Amino acid sequence: MSALELEHVSKSFDSAEGRVQVLRDLSLRLEAGQSLALTGESGSGKSTLLHIAAGLEQADQGRVLVAGQEIGALGEAGRAALRRGHVGLVFQQFNLIPSLNVAANLAFQARLSGREDRAHIRDLAAALGLEGLLQRYPEQLSGGQQQRVAIGRCLAARPALVLADEPTGNLDEATGERVLDLMLGLTRAEGVALLLVTHSPRLAARCDGRAHLRAGVLASALDGAP
Amino acid sequence: MIRTTLAALLSHWLRSPLQLVMLLTGLALATALWSGVQALNAEARAAYATAEGLLADGGTAHLEHPSGQIAPAQFVALRRAGWPVSPVLEGRAQIGAARVTLLGIDPFSAPAAAGPALAASDLGGFFGGLGYAHPQTLQDIGAADMSLRPAQAVPVGVVLADIATVQALLQADGQITRLALSGPLPPTAPPLVALAPNLRLVAPGEGADLAGLTDSFHLNLTAFGLLAFAVGLFIVHSAVGLAFEQRRAMFRTLRALGLPLRHLTACLAAEMAVFALFAGALGLGLGYALAAALLPDVALTLRGLYGAPVPGALQFDPLWALAGMGMTLAGTALAGGQALWRLWHMPALAPAQPRAWALASQAALRGQGLAGLGFAAGAVGLWAMGSGLVAGFGLLACVLLAAALAVPMLLSLALRMSERLARGPVAQWFWADSRQSLPRLSLAMMALMLALSANIGVGTMVASFRATFITWLDLRLVAEVNVLPRSQSEALALQEFLTPRAQAVLPMQRVDATLAGQPAQIYAMKDHATFRDNWPLIAPVPDVWNRLAAGDGVLVNEQLYRRAGLQPGASWLDVPGLGALPVLGAYPDYGNPLAQAVLGQEIFARAYPETPIRQFAIRTADAPALIDALQDEFGLPLGQITDQAQAKALSLAIFERTFLITGALNILTLAVAALALFAALSTLAGMRLVQLAPLWALGLTPRQLAGLELARALVLGALVMVLALPVGLALAQVLLAVINVQAFGWRLPLQAFPADWARLGLWAMLAVLAAAALPALRLWRQGPQALLRVFALER
Repeated sequence: MSALELEHVSKSFDSAEGRVQVLRDLSLRLEAGQSLALTGESGSGKSTLLHIAAGLEQADQGRVLVAGQEIGALGEAGRAALRRGHVGLVFQQFNLIPSLNVAANLAFQARLSGREDRAHIRDLAAALGLEGLLQRYPEQLSGGQQQRVAIGRCLAARPALVLADEPTGNLDEATGERVLDLMLGLTRAEGVALLLVTHSPRLAARCDGRAHLRAGVLASALDGAP
Repeated sequence: MIRTTLAALLSHWLRSPLQLVMLLTGLALATALWSGVQALNAEARAAYATAEGLLADGGTAHLEHPSGQIAPAQFVALRRAGWPVSPVLEGRAQIGAARVTLLGIDPFSAPAAAGPALAASDLGGFFGGLGYAHPQTLQDIGAADMSLRPAQAVPVGVVLADIATVQALLQADGQITRLALSGPLPPTAPPLVALAPNLRLVAPGEGADLAGLTDSFHLNLTAFGLLAFAVGLFIVHSAVGLAFEQRRAMFRTLRALGLPLRHLTACLAAEMAVFALFAGALGLGLGYALAAALLPDVALTLRGLYGAPVPGALQFDPLWALAGMGMTLAGTALAGGQALWRLWHMPALAPAQPRAWALASQAALRGQGLAGLGFAAGAVGLWAMGSGLVAGFGLLACVLLAAALAVPMLLSLALRMSERLARGPVAQWFWADSRQSLPRLSLAMMALMLALSANIGVGTMVASFRATFITWLDLRLVAEVNVLPRSQSEALALQEFLTPRAQAVLPMQRVDATLAGQPAQIYAMKDHATFRDNWPLIAPVPDVWNRLAAGDGVLVNEQLYRRAGLQPGASWLDVPGLGALPVLGAYPDYGNPLAQAVLGQEIFARAYPETPIRQFAIRTADAPALIDALQDEFGLPLGQITDQAQAKALSLAIFERTFLITGALNILTLAVAALALFAALSTLAGMRLVQLAPLWALGLTPRQLAGLELARALVLGALVMVLALPVGLALAQVLLAVINVQAFGWRLPLQAFPADWARLGLWAMLAVLAAAALPALRLWRQGPQALLRVFALER
C-alpha cells in the first residue's frame, strides 16, 4: 500500500482569462519512507497538486489515494478525518495556532487524531531544539523556530504522509538548510513519506526523488522517482 | 494628490461594504437615539413654555385663597383699591368627547400674554362664547356644543374662553380661582393684609412650575439617550479601529510613495467627517421618526404624572437638527480620534500586520482594568459623599464605566481558567483562541455589558417599583366608589344623600400651601378604619392615628419627609394657619410630584373653614347599586364617578405609560449592542480565516469550525450576561435608593425578579446568536473555498 497514489489526476480553474488547466492527467506514487521533491515554476500546479493530495481540494478527474483510502469517495468530514489521521501538512507561512503555546501546538494534531504520545513529542521537541521554547507563543519565535514547531506538530501525529509546501521559503538559506535536515532526518527515521514542494533545485537534490511540473504536466521524474 | 489619496482610502470601503454599512449604521443609530430623545425633551419643554406663556403665570405673581376659591367681592375691593388684578377661573369639564381644563380669563385686565392676545383677535366672538384650543384638543373633543377655534398657543387639554363663558360651563356663577397680577403695584395701593387678609400673594415661580417638576423625567430620558449614544459610538469606534488595522499596509505604502503624513491624516479626518455628515442626516431622520412614534406615550405620561400639557404631535425644529448633527460630529471625533492619533504617531515603516498580540497584551488589559478601578473608586466616593440628582447620575455613569472597562479583564480571566480546565485539543484551542480574539471583540462586549446591565438595572427598578406600587394601590384605593361633586352645593347634597346609604362617606378636602419652602397640598383626613387599617406608614410615632385625629400633629408624604429631612417624633412642620405641628409619620405617595401633608378633619376645618369638598371616597357593600342611585338622583355623568377597579386601572395605566419609553429605549440599546457585536464579528470574519485555515488543514471540518465560532460568541455573550447581573443589580439599587429619592422623593425596596433576568438572558443569547449566525453561516457555506484561499494567498 503506497502512502500516496495519484492516478490520471486533472484539475482546472476558472480565471479572468477563461478556464485554466492546472493539472493534466497526472500520475504519481510515493511509498512509505520515501521523499519526493516537486519542483516547477510559479503557476505550474505544484500547490494545487499538494492541496489535492491533502484533500483540501478535489480533482476534476482521476483517483487520489492516501494510505490506501480514495479521497474522492470521501465527503468533507471524511477528508478532514483522513487529514487528522494520516496526513501532516507543513506550510510556507508555518500556520501555527497563535493562541496556543509551543507545547500545545506541538501536541495539537496528535491529540486531535487521538494519538498523543507524550514521550514521542518530548523526543521530537528535543530533536527539533524546541525544549527551551515550549511555553512561548508563536509570535515570540523566529521564522526558523516557528517552522520547526510546524514540523514537530505534523510529525507528532505519526502521519503516513507529510506534505510540505515551500517549508523553507520564508527562511534564510542557513536556517532553511537546518530545517530541511531535520525534516528529512525525522521523516526517514519515522518511515514517513514526504512530498516536498520547492523552487530550489539544491534542496530538491537532497530528496530521494525529484519530479518537475510544467504547465500541469509531470515533465520529468528524475532518479529515484516513482 | 488629495483626490488620489482619498480614492485609495475609500477603495477600502468599496471592498468592505459591510464594514461601511456597520460604521454608518452605528453612527446613524447613535444619532437617532440621542436626537430622538432630545426631540422629545424639546417638544415637552416647548409645551411647558406654551402653558406658562398663555397667561404669563410663570412670570407674574398671583393671589390665591387656601380653599381654591376667591369671593367676587374681594376682587372688586382689590380693583377699587388700585390693585392691578385680573380674575381667572379654572376647572375641569367634559366638552364633547374629551375631559378638558377650562380656563376663563378677562381679556381686558389679564396680563399681556398669548391668551389675551388670542381673545383680542376676535373680542366679539370671545365674549359671545367662543373658545380657543390646541388643534389636538379639538381633535379629541370632536363635535361640541360650544364654538371652538384652533390655536397653537393654547396648551393641549386646555380650552381658553371668557371667564363668564367658563363660569356658565362649570355652573360656577361668580366664582374665581385666582387673581393674576397684570402689572406692578402702584405705590399708593393699600397692603393686601388690609384688603384681603385671607388671600396669599404667590410670587412668580413659587408655584409648581412644570419645567421644574418634570426636570427629573427629562434627565432620565437624557441619561438613556446618552447611554444609547455611547453604545452606538462603540460600533463606530470598533469599525474605525478595525478599518485602521486593515489599512495599515496601505498607510505604509502611501507614505513610502511620498504622501506627507499631514495630508494622510487630513484625508482620513475628511473621510470620517463625510461619513459623520451622511450618517448624521440619516440618524436625524430616524431620530425624528423615533420621537414621533414615542411622543404620544411620553405626552400621556407627562399629562398623567404631572398634568403637563404636551401635544402628541412633533414639530420640526432646525436648531434640534443642528444640535444633533453637532453631537454626531463630536461623537465621530471621539470614536475616531484614537485612530487619527495612532496614524499621526505611526512610524513610516510600521509593521503592516495587525498588532493582535500587542492588543491582547496584559499591559493593555491592566491599564483598562486600572481605569475601571478608578471609576469604581469614583462610584464609591459618590455613593458615600455625593448628593443631588447630578451626583446620582454621576454615580450611575461611574458604575457603568467601571463595569464596562473591567469586562475584557474579567472575560480574559474566565477564559484563562476555562483553558486550564479544558481537556481535549479542540477545547483547549477554543478557550485560548477566544481569549486571543478578545481584544478585537472587547468593544462589542463592553457595549453588550452596558446594554445588559442597563436593562437589568432599569428592569429591576421598574419591576420593584411596580410590585411596590400595586401593593400600595391595593392599600390606598380601598374605597369602593369615588365621586367628584361639580359644586359645593352638590357636595353638601351628596353628603346628605350618601350618609344613610353607605358604610362610610369620606370627604376629601384640600388646600394649596407652602410647606418647608416647597409647593405643597394639605389634605383633611376623617378618622376612619379605612385609613387606620390600610395606610402603610414610614416610621410612625406610637398611637399615630389617635394623635392625628386629635389634631396633635401632621402626617407628611414620603417626598416631603425625605426632601425636608423630617423625623417623625422629633421634627416639627410649620403649617400655615396652625403654626408648628409635630410630624407623626410619613406615607408613601407614589406618582405625586408635590409635597403633601395630612391633618385630622377637625383641625383642618378650624384652620381652613371655607374649603370645598373636592371628592368623596365611599365605602359600600354594593357599589353598582350606589352608582345607579347617584346617577338617578343627581344625574352625575360617569366621568364624575369612578369605582375602585377604574381607579386602579387608571393608576396602573399611568404607571405603565411612564415606563413605556424607558422600556423602548432599553430594547433599542440592546439592539444597538447586538449590532455592535454583529459589526465586530462580521469585520473579523475575514481576519479569522487566517486563524481557522490551519485547523481545517489539520482535520476540522468547516461545519465544526462554524459551530465553534458560534459557540465562542455565545460563551462570551453568556459570560457578559453573568457579569452584567451584579452590575445591573447595583444599578437598580442606585436607581431605587439614590436617583428615585433625588428625582421623585421616594425610596423603594429592591426586589429580585429571576424570571425577568432569565428572560433577558435568553433575549441576549438570541441577539448574540443572531449577530454571530451570519458570519458563522458564511464560513460554513463558503467553507473549503474560503479557507483554501488563505493557503493560496501565501504564495
